[in-house]
Amino acid sequence: MSDVQSTSFLSRCRRSRSFVVGGLLTGFLLLCAFVSLFWTPGSAYDIIITNRFLPPSSLHWLGTDQFGRDIVSMLMTGTQNSIVVAVVAVSIGLSIGVSLGLLASARRGWTEELIMRFSDFSFAFPAILSAIMLTAIIGPGGVNSILAIGLYNIPVFARLTRGSANAIWAREFVMAARAAGKGRFRITFEHILPNILSIIIVQATILFAIAILAEAALSYLGLGTQPPEPSWGRMLNEAQTLMFLDPMQAIYPGLAIATAVFGLNLLGDGLRDILDPRLSRKR
Amino acid sequence: MTDCSSHVPVLEVTDLVRHYRLPRESLFAKPGHVYALNGVTFQIQRGKSFGIVGESGCGKSTLARNVMALEETDSGSVKILGQEVVGLSFDQLRPLRQHFQMIFQDPYGSLDPHHTVGRIVAEPLAALGAISNAERDRRVAEVLESVGLKTRDVTKYPHEFSGGQRQRIAIARALITHPELIVADEPVSALDVSVQAQVLNLLKDLQVQYGVTYMFISHDLAVVEYLCDEVAVMYLGEIVEKGLTENLFTNPAHPYTRILLDAVPKPGSGKRRERIKLKGNVTGQTERRVGCSFQDRCPMVQDLCRSEKPPLKEVGPDHLAACHFSDKVSAAG
Ligand SMILES: Nc1ncnc2c1ncn2[C@@H]1O[C@H](COP(=O)(O)OP(=O)(O)OP(=O)(O)O)[C@@H](O)[C@H]1O
Ligand SMILES: [Mg+2]
Repeated sequence: MSDVQSTSFLSRCRRSRSFVVGGLLTGFLLLCAFVSLFWTPGSAYDIIITNRFLPPSSLHWLGTDQFGRDIVSMLMTGTQNSIVVAVVAVSIGLSIGVSLGLLASARRGWTEELIMRFSDFSFAFPAILSAIMLTAIIGPGGVNSILAIGLYNIPVFARLTRGSANAIWAREFVMAARAAGKGRFRITFEHILPNILSIIIVQATILFAIAILAEAALSYLGLGTQPPEPSWGRMLNEAQTLMFLDPMQAIYPGLAIATAVFGLNLLGDGLRDILDPRLSRKR
Repeated sequence: MTDCSSHVPVLEVTDLVRHYRLPRESLFAKPGHVYALNGVTFQIQRGKSFGIVGESGCGKSTLARNVMALEETDSGSVKILGQEVVGLSFDQLRPLRQHFQMIFQDPYGSLDPHHTVGRIVAEPLAALGAISNAERDRRVAEVLESVGLKTRDVTKYPHEFSGGQRQRIAIARALITHPELIVADEPVSALDVSVQAQVLNLLKDLQVQYGVTYMFISHDLAVVEYLCDEVAVMYLGEIVEKGLTENLFTNPAHPYTRILLDAVPKPGSGKRRERIKLKGNVTGQTERRVGCSFQDRCPMVQDLCRSEKPPLKEVGPDHLAACHFSDKVSAAG
């Protein structure tokens, strides 16, 4: 990439406020998750009943829960959990969904028909509902909730990819590649994929947020991450009975979920503006 | 014609038919058709420029795509250098494609924004298969120079160029395999008038330099008159008149050609032809009718035209027209 292009890319990044704010929020969460791998201020696992419901202090920044676990530590470790679930689930959906979408678009005919009818079918069920249904069938647990969310992501990516790829297939430069003698497989990788990559990245960011939400919902319902692994959704669930005794217990994980979803959505919006080829072409 | 090989036309199109099937309007409705090409026949000799003119939707681009073997042809034959291309598989066609290349109308749409100029121009070579990097770079530099671009432009992206420069890139891409035939589908109509002339002159120069044959599509008669040795006029998927450029422009034998010519203001010509006007609008291409395809809009239509289709017949040396009353068209002129 030439110098001119990269500097204008950076300046466009800086000018997009949603990209900056979303990037900072997402970066903060990633940092929390990373730090919690080595260090947490207290223990997210040790149950010390004498420490229950401690108010915020220098030792327990946000206090402790009804089992005496440190809330900040639980939130930090929960970030890890949310991110792992989201990354794996989105990767499953991305790799399979994008492949199916590209295939549908390159082959057309009955292949496309089949793939699209399949994704129409799975679209009839809303995200969280289908995840609940799947975990109800294959059983609760961390891995299964990842699978359920990942499966839901497949048709989302398949549709988006096929739609945007079809638009690229209709462009003249693809016709030129055909006239040069390039086959459909080669065109898919050399022309179609690079031209729809930005759309896919933006969608992945937004589905990342949905996956975090879905994981929290599944854990809240007891279908996702199992104890003693800390998870935002389960923290919410456990705080529910204490709503009037100690409402902050529910507010902290709620805020964490909201921050993650908000940050990722902002990041997605910002990326959409930055990666828009129409803007980059005008410079 | 002294050389024996020059007797084989570079392009020989015979009775080419292409009917697009439209999606059904309802489950039990019969699918409709667009009769885009209804039996087109012509030949282009080596080193010549053959122009195809006609209004929007008459099937010019469809003809180009079928000649380039970019879509399924319904029937008819396309021979390039004597080799039949209709019915060949995509893989069978690949090695042949170096002999026929295409220039597209829209220089903004025909270059992939994510590829560098070097990669774009080398695309036909890359598709062809094994070639050393050094040889490829040498060929890219050679064609870039012949279209008036700089060798250091290879690392740039299309958005860094103007429309005229982009079309030069597209021309370089078409030239890199040293093809016999270049199909140019309205290569200058998306450009500013001042740039049009530069690109046309470039195409003319390249023809001399590379000895390439052009099939040149345009709706602009002035452009065709400037560049082409021979012209075919298309109407609703048929050639209605064909002849040497000079004959056809001075002596049109089909009323449609005459109307097209009359629509162009000509400051130079002393004699003013009495204008004849077009009636009605473009009739759809979704139905086939009995008789002449031009009957609905022809100012001199007769009963015969509604019942019998006029064949493409000789009206002069190397001059064909499909009109029952072609002698009257010429006489009026
Ligand atoms: N893929 C397709 N499916 C259905 N109909 C088509 C398809 N491609 C072209 N047509 C129709 O075939 C007819 C001829 O189209 P074509 O693009 O060849 O016209 P054209 O002479 O190149 O026009 P223009 O000057 O506007 O480029 C038009 O009526 C068009 O709508
Ligand atoms: Mg066209």
